[in-house]
Parts: sequence; C-alpha cells; structure tokens
Amino acid sequence: MTTPTAAKTPAAEPQRIHAVPVRYPGRWISAAVVVVLAAMAVNALVTNDTFAWPTVGKYLFSQPVVRGVGWTLFLTVTSMLIAIVLAVTLAIMRRSANPVMRYVSWVYIWFFRGTPIYTQLIFWGLASVLYPVITLGVPFGPELLSMDTNVVLNATRAAILGLALNEAAYLAEIVRAGLQSVDRGQFEAARALGMKEGRILWRVVLPQAMRVIVPPTGNETISMLKTTSLVLAVPFTLELQYATNAIGNRTFQPVPLLMVAAIWYLAITSVLMVGQYYVERYYGRGFEEHVPKKAARNSRRGRQAAINAAHTTPELGPIDDMGRPAGGGV
Amino acid sequence: MSAPTTSTAPMVEMTGVHKWFGHAHVLRGVDLVVPRGTVTVMLGPSGSGKSTALRCINQLEEIGAGSIRVEGELMGYREGARGGAPTLYRLHPRQIAVQRARVGMVFQRFNLFPHMTALGNVMEAPVQVLGKSKAEARERALQMLARVGLADRVDHYPAQLSGGQQQRVAIARALAMDPDIMLFDEPTSALDPELVGEVLGVMRDLAASGMTMVVVTHEIGFAREVADQVVFMADGVIVEHGPVSQVIDAPTEQRTQDFLAHVL
Repeated sequence: MTTPTAAKTPAAEPQRIHAVPVRYPGRWISAAVVVVLAAMAVNALVTNDTFAWPTVGKYLFSQPVVRGVGWTLFLTVTSMLIAIVLAVTLAIMRRSANPVMRYVSWVYIWFFRGTPIYTQLIFWGLASVLYPVITLGVPFGPELLSMDTNVVLNATRAAILGLALNEAAYLAEIVRAGLQSVDRGQFEAARALGMKEGRILWRVVLPQAMRVIVPPTGNETISMLKTTSLVLAVPFTLELQYATNAIGNRTFQPVPLLMVAAIWYLAITSVLMVGQYYVERYYGRGFEEHVPKKAARNSRRGRQAAINAAHTTPELGPIDDMGRPAGGGV
Repeated sequence: MSAPTTSTAPMVEMTGVHKWFGHAHVLRGVDLVVPRGTVTVMLGPSGSGKSTALRCINQLEEIGAGSIRVEGELMGYREGARGGAPTLYRLHPRQIAVQRARVGMVFQRFNLFPHMTALGNVMEAPVQVLGKSKAEARERALQMLARVGLADRVDHYPAQLSGGQQQRVAIARALAMDPDIMLFDEPTSALDPELVGEVLGVMRDLAASGMTMVVVTHEIGFAREVADQVVFMADGVIVEHGPVSQVIDAPTEQRTQDFLAHVL
C-alpha cells in the first residue's frame, strides 16, 4: 500500500521498482550458435592450404594489384560522376512540360536499361572499328570536323563512357522517384513566392529529393565498383579484377588472388559506406529523424515552452467549442 | 510589365470567374472586389470553392472563364488584338511568376522548406526572386521574424518548431517579399487549438498595419474582429457578402444562416 502513502507526502521520493528482469535464453543460445559457426568458417578458411594465405599476403600490396585498385576507383568515381549528372538531366527531362524531352529521356532509359552492360561495353570498344573516323558536319552536307576514333575514344574513355551511360539510365529512375517524393505543397509555396520553375527545382525540390536519392545511389556506387570488372569487354585490362586474374593465371594460383581482389573490394565498399553515412546525414538536415537526440529533446522542450509562452488558451473562448474541420474548402 | 494601372483600381477584382476541375464545376461565376487596405474573410462549408477562389487570385489555379485583376493588372493573360478582334494571350510561366511575386500566400499546411532554417526560408525568395544580396535579405528576414515574434528561433529548422511557430515563419516568408496583398488559405485549420491564438494575433497586427488581406477561415471570432467585408460562399458562388454586422449578425440567406448555426 505505498501509493496512498506517497499521495499524502508528495515530497517523498517515490520508491523505484526493482523487478527481476525477463530472461531471454534465446539470445544466449543464438550467440553460442553464431560463435560456433564463425569459428568453423574461420577454421575452414585458415586450415585449407588452397587459400595459400602467405601468397595472399605477398600480392595484397604488390604494385600491379595496388595499381589495379587505383584504376578501379578511378573508373568507379569518374563514371558515377558522369552518370549522376546525366541521370539528373534525364529525370528532369522525363518531368518536362516539353513532350520531345520526355520522349527522348524515355527512349534513352529504355535502351540503356534494356541491353546488357557487357554488350554495350563491347560496342564502345568496337566503336573505332565500326567508325574509324568521327566527323562532325551537316548530315549529307559539308564536313566541319574530323577526328580519329582511336584517339578520341581510347580504352579508358570507352570504358568510362560505357559504364556511365548505362548507369545513368538506372540512376535516372532513382532521381525521378526522389523528385516525385517531394510534397506538392513545396512547389506551390515556391510558386506563390514568385520563384521560377528552374529555381524551384534547384533550390527547393532537388535538395529534398536527395534524401530519397542518396541511399539507392550509394547502393549503385557499390554495385558499380564491381561492375568495373566487366570493362575487360572493351578491352580495358588495368583494373583490379583483371590484374589479380592475370597474376593468378601466370602463377597458377587463382584462388589466393581471387581472395586478394575480394579483400580489396570489401575494403573499398566499407569506405564507401562510411562516406554514404555522412552524405545521408548532410541531406537529412532539417528532418526530425536525423536530428541528433539531444537537439530533438530540446526541440520538444522548446515547443512546449512556446505553447506556454504564447498564452493563447484564454483567447480561444468563443472559438474553442467549434468543430474545426481539418479539410475545408476545395 | 503591367497593364494600365490606376491607383483607384481595387486591390483585387474578380469578374465572373468560373473554374472547372475536369467535369466538376467548382466556381460558377464569382464576382468579388477587395478594396485596398481592407480585410476580406471568406466563409463557407467545405467544398464551397472558397480555397479555389483564393488560389485563382495568384494563379495557382488557372481559371476557365471570367477575369481576375490585381491592382488593375490582368492576372495570367495579356490583352491584345488579333485581326482587329480583342484576344487574350496566355502569359509565359516566367511572367506569371513575376505577377505572383507581389501576392503573398500562407497555406493551411505551412509548406515551409524543411531543409532550410526559419531564416533560410524567409531569405530564399528575396534572394532568388528579387535578386537582393544575402546580407540585405538576411537583415530584412530577421526583421520579419522579429515582427512575428520569432527572433529567438531564426536558426531552427521547421521540424524543430511548433505548428504555430511554423505558420508564423510562413507569414514572415510571405511578408519578406513586400507583397501588396496577403492571401491566407485556412491558416489555422492544421493547428492544435492552443496554437491558433498566436497565429491569429500576428494576422490581427498585420491587418492593423493596413495590409490588404483575403482570409479563408472558419474562425468566426477573427472575422468578427478584423473583417471589413465578409463573403459567404456555397456551391461555387458568393451567396452573401457585406460587413460583419450584415453577413454574420443578420444573414438574410438561408444557407448562410444554416452554416453559422453549425459553426457558432
């Protein structure tokens, strides 16, 4: 009977509950199972000589492998940057009031998503065979400029172009989804302020869409990291997968060199995930779920203080008992 | 940019305005004059077309028939002649944006930009639309936020503000454009009851400062206190209009009487 006592002496510290916590034996059992499975996996990796861990160690930081890592990163970053710019353009075109823009964007996405990346890369590599000379001029008319395709579209550029153009088609759909996620009221508010459509897109809609666009784009970047191994179709032969394969074939030790490549891909992916976390945090600013816990507490406190400070309740007298419709007029 | 404007032209003049949404005929000939420096309160049941009428004034909705003039300037069209016959030419979206810049609007759901602070929200349009310098826009924005009583909340994001505070930021954002007229579309309908007063207080001050205002609301108390003209709409037409003493205190139309019996 502590409750009535506490009520009589409100100053007294309420007696805290000290109950026996619920036991969760399932957690301990699952932990034990996971530890055993992990030990088995490590054992299987370490004791099997086929993995040849000394060989892995020997090649992990060898010059061709590190150079391969560099090329893989270069291909990933460059093609993603080009793809992002192109994708935003395509997504905006898809929403354009101009039907020609909408149609062009649709056809682009249809084509580059609909054909295999490997085939596309082969064709970018074949470009210099199919069209040895690139000429700019009036169709069926005079020629203005002429270039040797081999020079303009060397293997590196063909690889980057092939990866970027393909990726842009996928990213365009992600950007489009992001743009669609922004509330219509945001357009209306910006329009009512007299902002022009381009400014509205750039200043109001796109920054909010980024919150939706960034997570799947991070996913696409990690996917691109590994898709770069397909550029041997161009053929481009300096990136990580090809470099490790070549060493593995030459030394008759394919397995340890596959491990070398896998370790590097995993390491780069980890770094990319950290980067994604910070990008997400930047574009999440102003959205409550991303506000640090302390600030969120302050905001609730501030809100209550604001309500109290407003002294608005007495003013409500005549309006207080009126049913206030949430919707209202059309 | 403007058509012949005279200082005697009313702030807003709607003449025979019709609006269709597909087959729905939501405005059926609305005639309304809002004199300069007055407050017009629009009342009416849900679906009566009062919000649509308001949104037509700043071209958020394109009208189907009739005309709307703000300070004598035709909204959304340019008057010309083709082959000797008077013809309307639709304005380019860029020109409509210019017309909208002098009509401020406050929405039921605030529609603040969530990725910008209160200060950023108020500075945005003066910088992007009027081409003011950041320093100038910032100073003006701080004044506007102080005017709505939020000088200590300028660096808060909308999600960190109460509904009433957000709506006051929205009012400051519209005022920062130095509008000739302010439109309010049910500005307190989305607020918790205890937050309604602070927003109405700001609007009362604004009315006292001589701002021309058109307010769609269900706050009869506010209308009684501030309105120079009350307009009662039902089924897409203005059923009754006049001073408070007439429309609210002594309505002659049955529909007005029924509506007021429900809300009072």
